[in-house]
Amino acid sequence: MIEAGNTQETESICAVAPMGLLAELTHRCPLQCPYCSNPTELERSSGELSTEDWTRVFKEAGDLGILQTHLSGGEPTVRKDLELITRAASDAGIYTNLITAGVLLTKERLKRLVDHGLDHVQLSVQHVDAKLADKIAGFKGGYSKKVELAKWVKDLDLPLTLNAPMHRHNVEYLDEIIEFAVKLGAERLEVAHIQYYGWAFENRHTLIPTKEQVYRNADTVDEARERLKGILAIDFVVPDYYAVRPKPCMGGWGSSFITISPTGKVLPCHAAASIKGMEFDNVKDRHLRDIWLHSSAFNKYRGTDYLPEPCKSCEFREIDFGGCRCQAFMFTGDAANTDPACSKSSFHKELLQIAEKESQMNEDDFMYRKFTKQTSKADASKVDAAKVD
Amino acid sequence: MDKQRLIITGETTPSLQRFVKLRHDQGRDRWILLAPERILTPDAIAVEVLNLCDGEQSVNQISTHLSATYNAPVEVIEKDIITMLQDLADKGYISS
Repeated sequence: MIEAGNTQETESICAVAPMGLLAELTHRCPLQCPYCSNPTELERSSGELSTEDWTRVFKEAGDLGILQTHLSGGEPTVRKDLELITRAASDAGIYTNLITAGVLLTKERLKRLVDHGLDHVQLSVQHVDAKLADKIAGFKGGYSKKVELAKWVKDLDLPLTLNAPMHRHNVEYLDEIIEFAVKLGAERLEVAHIQYYGWAFENRHTLIPTKEQVYRNADTVDEARERLKGILAIDFVVPDYYAVRPKPCMGGWGSSFITISPTGKVLPCHAAASIKGMEFDNVKDRHLRDIWLHSSAFNKYRGTDYLPEPCKSCEFREIDFGGCRCQAFMFTGDAANTDPACSKSSFHKELLQIAEKESQMNEDDFMYRKFTKQTSKADASKVDAAKVD
Repeated sequence: MDKQRLIITGETTPSLQRFVKLRHDQGRDRWILLAPERILTPDAIAVEVLNLCDGEQSVNQISTHLSATYNAPVEVIEKDIITMLQDLADKGYISS
């Protein structure tokens, strides 16, 4: 058996059918994690897609070839129609994964979601220490509610993934986090180091761990994978800043993945709105298949023909697709450039220097995720980045 | 909770976990296994094995059955089946 490939040709020259759909049902969330992957400009609830919109979208998605969906947010359980949305996805033959902070669910509602076709729960965990967990999430009492939810998930015989976003404030607790996952009966654990976009970018100086800490985590994961074979599967994600090769972001732009924002914007990845000057189609105006095949946003960086040097002549071009477009834009001002996470990028050294410098800072004055944006240090940081040399 | 690694032997009566779904992917004309955050594409023989994993038949019985179908030595078939199922069990997809 092999991991899925996705090679079927469709009518477009280089588009193949997408497999995954991240459905950001809302940007509302009771938690305020300072590394939230949502854009810093959150979408208001008044513009959110209706139940009918999502029902139609999932039908279109199933027809288009989507096999899995992540019902996410914000906090998806804020939506009162989550049951109906889950049913719509499930009816379209799509495997449904609920990505939740877990603090709003009751056991009765979880049971109802299962009855509506929910397949899997992914629960976020901020820390194994209740006080620190609540501080990171900016939400009191969150930790104990999560433990309770994990129990209900198991009672209902659902598979459970714990997602532990890693950063300076929990990086030394990986052993305990692994033990916690085993104790809760999780099948999977995602040890996902924060990537520094959006909110996390604003908070980078308070979050980024040292390279040594990240590499120690890697050793811990290797050891635990062997010891917990058949008991707990562990995924590990390294922060780009300490990588040598860039990650093949979304498996390539417009190659297998779609994100839909709360108001219906269709994005090649959840951070794509951070690339200035791009325009995104809305599911309210255009059929999902049409957007996937023909929209300017999905075709802009599809394939590898647009890539400049050093990607153009690079042997890894078809493996990592030049990395992440959003990060390329953030650091170089042009999303078509090589991701600075790549050691061949002329910006790579700078990226590492920023990480090394900021990882030594002893700060925890988080800019919490909120609807009213406080101050942006994005522009200032770019200047800093240029000055590091 | 003391979960143990499931070791597949000839006596194991395997079945797919309830949350792992084997279904045909019509658009791509292939079989797929849907699991949390994963999509696997089993080949035709793997699909046949998985369809026989009903929680009642043992690996021995499944191997005997397939050895007759494919006119191949049962030891070879059983070894392949155990390797495949152990791999899936280690991903957490098989119960017994």
